[in-house]
Amino acid sequence: MNRPIPLPPHAEAPDLAPCISLLGTTALLFEAPGETCLETQARIWSLAREADTWPEVREAVPGVNNLLVTWREPPRRLEAITGRLAAAWKAAPPLALAGRTVELPVVYGGEGGPHMADVVAHTGLSPDEIAEIHAAPLYPVYALGSHPGYCYLGGMDPRIATPRRKVPVLRIPGGAVSIGGAQTGVSASPGPSGWNTIGSTDMIFFDAARTPPALLQPGDSLRFRIAGVVR
Amino acid sequence: MIRLLACGALATVQDRGRLGALRWGVGTAGAMDTLALAGGNLLVGNPDDAAGIEIQVPPFEIRFEVATTFAVTGADCALMLDGVPILPWTGARARAGAVLRLARRASPQAWGARSYLCVSGGIDVPVVLGSRATQLRGAIGGHQGRSLQAGDELPLGSPDLSPPVAGTGLVPPVVALPLAVDGLPALRVLPAAEYECYRPVSRAAFWGEPWRVTPQSDRYGFRLSGPTLTPLEPLELRSHGIVPGTIQVPHGGQPIVQMCDAQPSGGYPKIGTVIEADLWRLAQAPIGARIRFIETDWDGALAARDALDGWLSAARRALSYLRARSTA
Repeated sequence: MNRPIPLPPHAEAPDLAPCISLLGTTALLFEAPGETCLETQARIWSLAREADTWPEVREAVPGVNNLLVTWREPPRRLEAITGRLAAAWKAAPPLALAGRTVELPVVYGGEGGPHMADVVAHTGLSPDEIAEIHAAPLYPVYALGSHPGYCYLGGMDPRIATPRRKVPVLRIPGGAVSIGGAQTGVSASPGPSGWNTIGSTDMIFFDAARTPPALLQPGDSLRFRIAGVVR
Repeated sequence: MIRLLACGALATVQDRGRLGALRWGVGTAGAMDTLALAGGNLLVGNPDDAAGIEIQVPPFEIRFEVATTFAVTGADCALMLDGVPILPWTGARARAGAVLRLARRASPQAWGARSYLCVSGGIDVPVVLGSRATQLRGAIGGHQGRSLQAGDELPLGSPDLSPPVAGTGLVPPVVALPLAVDGLPALRVLPAAEYECYRPVSRAAFWGEPWRVTPQSDRYGFRLSGPTLTPLEPLELRSHGIVPGTIQVPHGGQPIVQMCDAQPSGGYPKIGTVIEADLWRLAQAPIGARIRFIETDWDGALAARDALDGWLSAARRALSYLRARSTA
């Protein structure tokens, strides 16, 4: 049993079929087909809610258009559960999560945005234009991951997309607002990162003593407000 | 309570891991060698979820402030209790005020990279999100969310069971469950999603060549050096969940095995996953060691899990027999 696990013959055409693969005996990875989009993500949320109720599943955790399924006890027979996942995916309606919108004041550039110059150099835009473009959309939270409280966001304007740094930075502070390729995000705690930090915010995204401990959940939305642009 | 008198870098309070908090972006943390922790907990009569101390760099010296039973498992090491040598993988009784010192064992046969101190009742730091494990990023759990240092005082829980007879030992899993290829420690791997995306020559080298554990290896991940693994074409993936054991291949073609403190998600291609049942073997591979990978399948991986469960069950039975026999 290897690589993409072959799905039963009743599955969809190959380009529309999801891909299911093993992560050892700890978990399965379910990957949705097609281009990354919010509608697919809403079906992933739906599938996660369903799989979370299965007795052998410890956690069903959305990624970006994919789902990690960890086991309480790995099933003896894989085919039963992969077939069940594929069938549940076919039936999964987009789940409209009634999320909250959190507004985040950001100081762009300056000391808290040490890589703004790199984004300026790559895009040819000014710091003001970058801040405006970055703060314009309402960003849906697709999933949590990377580190406690960190959100994967959708919807960044491709005009400010900037490749990841060739050499990752060993430590960027919590609250760092950064761009990595076509994605943007906010670090929830200090740590290493290969992304370009363009600003900073004071929001506390994670507190283990709070219930739930993470400020944001999939289905919530994030809006950046320009608190200042340091030129 | 125990008091730390000396403590090398990166000793932390760990249990079997924080399971069930991935939805908040919180990884498992926990003991790198969960089998050694489980063995140590059995030797002192603790439940499976009790916390111990993971010791990576000697020296390590503590004073027991109360009389208790303890065991040091995992890597082979030189242990002195009040100046008297004692054996690892063996339960021992400490009087109140006794001093335990752990040092590296100067022997070519010395095995392993991480030792575990288990004390009857467990290290009773607060449970955070279902676990006592220390997660350094985000400073969650453990003792104040950080590595231990000299002067720290750690509370002990009350034991559920009377500990087994002091002096009772276990045959370490490295002796009981050996696994080697061409004389090198071996790890079984289940191919992962992007396995087929690598050149046949890279796949053959992955299984056929030794891999060296580089100095950039720690609780976050083991960076290996060996043949360059080249994909058939460049791979771009969406961020997705990963687990300890996942073998990622960044663009340079040198694999990184994600370990307990790894991020719970990532985007690099995955050639395989070291099976859960063999992660302890990797956890005990010191910097500079060479290892080999063995391909396995689902049934093989489950059989390996069953073998570990079998070792633990046999140990549990033997210890409960001795406990019953000594109190009868």
